[in-house]
Amino acid sequence: MFSKQGLKAGLLSLLILFLFIGAWSLATHQKEGPAVSAEQAEYAAMMGKASGQSGGFPAPGKVGEAFVTYLSDPFYDKGPNDKGIGIQLAHSLARVGIGFLLAVIVAIPLGFAIGMSPLLFQALNPFIQILKPISPLAWMPLALYSLKDSEISGIFVIFICSLWPMLINTAFGVAAVRKDWINVARTLEVTPLRKAFLVILPAAAPTILTGMRISMGIAWLVIVAAEMLVGGTGIGYFVWNEWNNLALPNVIFAVAMIGLVGMFLDQLFGSLQKFVTYRE
Amino acid sequence: MSKHFLSVEGLQKVYPAADGKVNPPVFENIHFGIEKGEFVCIIGHSGCGKTTILNVLAGLEEASSGVVIMDNKEVRGPSLDRGVVFQSHALMPWMSVLGNVAFAAKSKWPDWSKAKIDEHCTQYLEMVGLGHAIHKKPAELSGGMKQRVGIARAFAIQPKMLLLDEPFGALDALTRGTIQDELLKIVQATNQTVFMITHDVDEAILLADKVILMSNGPLAKIAEIVEITMPRTRTRAEIHHDPQFYRIRNHLVDFLVNRSKGYAGSDAALLHDARHPPVVRPGLVAEEAAPSEPSRPILKQVVNQ
Repeated sequence: MFSKQGLKAGLLSLLILFLFIGAWSLATHQKEGPAVSAEQAEYAAMMGKASGQSGGFPAPGKVGEAFVTYLSDPFYDKGPNDKGIGIQLAHSLARVGIGFLLAVIVAIPLGFAIGMSPLLFQALNPFIQILKPISPLAWMPLALYSLKDSEISGIFVIFICSLWPMLINTAFGVAAVRKDWINVARTLEVTPLRKAFLVILPAAAPTILTGMRISMGIAWLVIVAAEMLVGGTGIGYFVWNEWNNLALPNVIFAVAMIGLVGMFLDQLFGSLQKFVTYRE
Repeated sequence: MSKHFLSVEGLQKVYPAADGKVNPPVFENIHFGIEKGEFVCIIGHSGCGKTTILNVLAGLEEASSGVVIMDNKEVRGPSLDRGVVFQSHALMPWMSVLGNVAFAAKSKWPDWSKAKIDEHCTQYLEMVGLGHAIHKKPAELSGGMKQRVGIARAFAIQPKMLLLDEPFGALDALTRGTIQDELLKIVQATNQTVFMITHDVDEAILLADKVILMSNGPLAKIAEIVEITMPRTRTRAEIHHDPQFYRIRNHLVDFLVNRSKGYAGSDAALLHDARHPPVVRPGLVAEEAAPSEPSRPILKQVVNQ
């Protein structure tokens, strides 16, 4: 069911999209170039600017073709440098998934401990503050050297970039649980484990999920860059590979895919967040 | 002293000052006893340490000195023997009404089956008139209904003693009246021992067997203990027809408005014995004795235990 405003906004979005595509196709419209001499044409061909087929920025039509070609057969595998977009995205998502999961396994219990103990919080805070602003890609050389495996290094980079927002939000959420609820649990002599799972975890869940959502956003940003560096498979490698092929329509297609998957991941965590949020 | 069901002996609380100096104690030398099945209210101005006393009884806070003994055992830390109703109801918003009460019951009887817990809790929720709302979330309830859930939760663990921290403070007068009636009914039916903080003089007279009057803090003391001598079968609708009602009410209001402030230097304070604070029965004072001299005749009424 759409509200009136929702309908208007949708129409406006469509209008903006059409205006954008219109401006794009106007800007990339191939003018009938001045007659070129044979030498000039050959020079242009040598420089990779053979007029007609691949000259300049690709027009929307070209990009549309790339969309159709790749989406009509997303899972083909014709060797290391020619895989379907579905396979590439699956590789990236798997890396993000594993790295993110490892970060959850470390960050939530550690965040719990930090949130419960002001001593631990103070002791670990300097480390967190120093490690947090480091670009995850800066870890790449160290990871490659010590792990000696590009696949694991990619996962490690995802792990390290997902860790901080989750850790900090979990600690904050746990520390900020209403004193009243803790007191209720105390007067009921609730066992520590029951208290952790039935009182503190649900109370802090919205904050923790916010941290996870931020982490997932960062992980998806970082995976593209990491795969460009590491190479092999994944959507980041695909972008880099198509850039080396100078196949700009494919690059634009991949960029759009990155955006769509990122949006999907964010909305997934958005609805998870809604699920654990309680109204007071 | 420990012949009482609950006895508080020499309680004192000092909060450290921000600049490292020692503050004067909020209250000191607090002695009182509560019998089994008795309903005791404590009245005093903000800052006299009422909530601290309640928290010490609950085991949520530690006194700087003094002991609390309940049922021949020293109170050390919170316990399922003492149910607490918090001022802010303190329901967990992610649990249903039934879930909140069941959480408490499951803590008390971990071996009970889910069906038994649910049945037990439903019974207590019906007792506070919430049988129709057991599957709702606290956010869907009005303030008065939330507080009823809090009361049901405290009763459901069948504690030896119930501690209420100004449970109706945040409610409008109409709702407050209805819940007071319900609480009165339940307490009379279960013969529950209750200690309650209130700011509402009428509430104290309606509910309590005796009212502890605190002088102002810091260095707050129990100025006197007022026995409510009206018969126990009171109702909110009829209580003000009892001739005792206004005598008691005037006595309490007079204390809060006039005497609690200047208590520290008054004659009453000089005669004060912290171990046996004066017990007064203003309800039984003859009508004509009261108006002329405000403080002396009251002291004559002291009937120390």
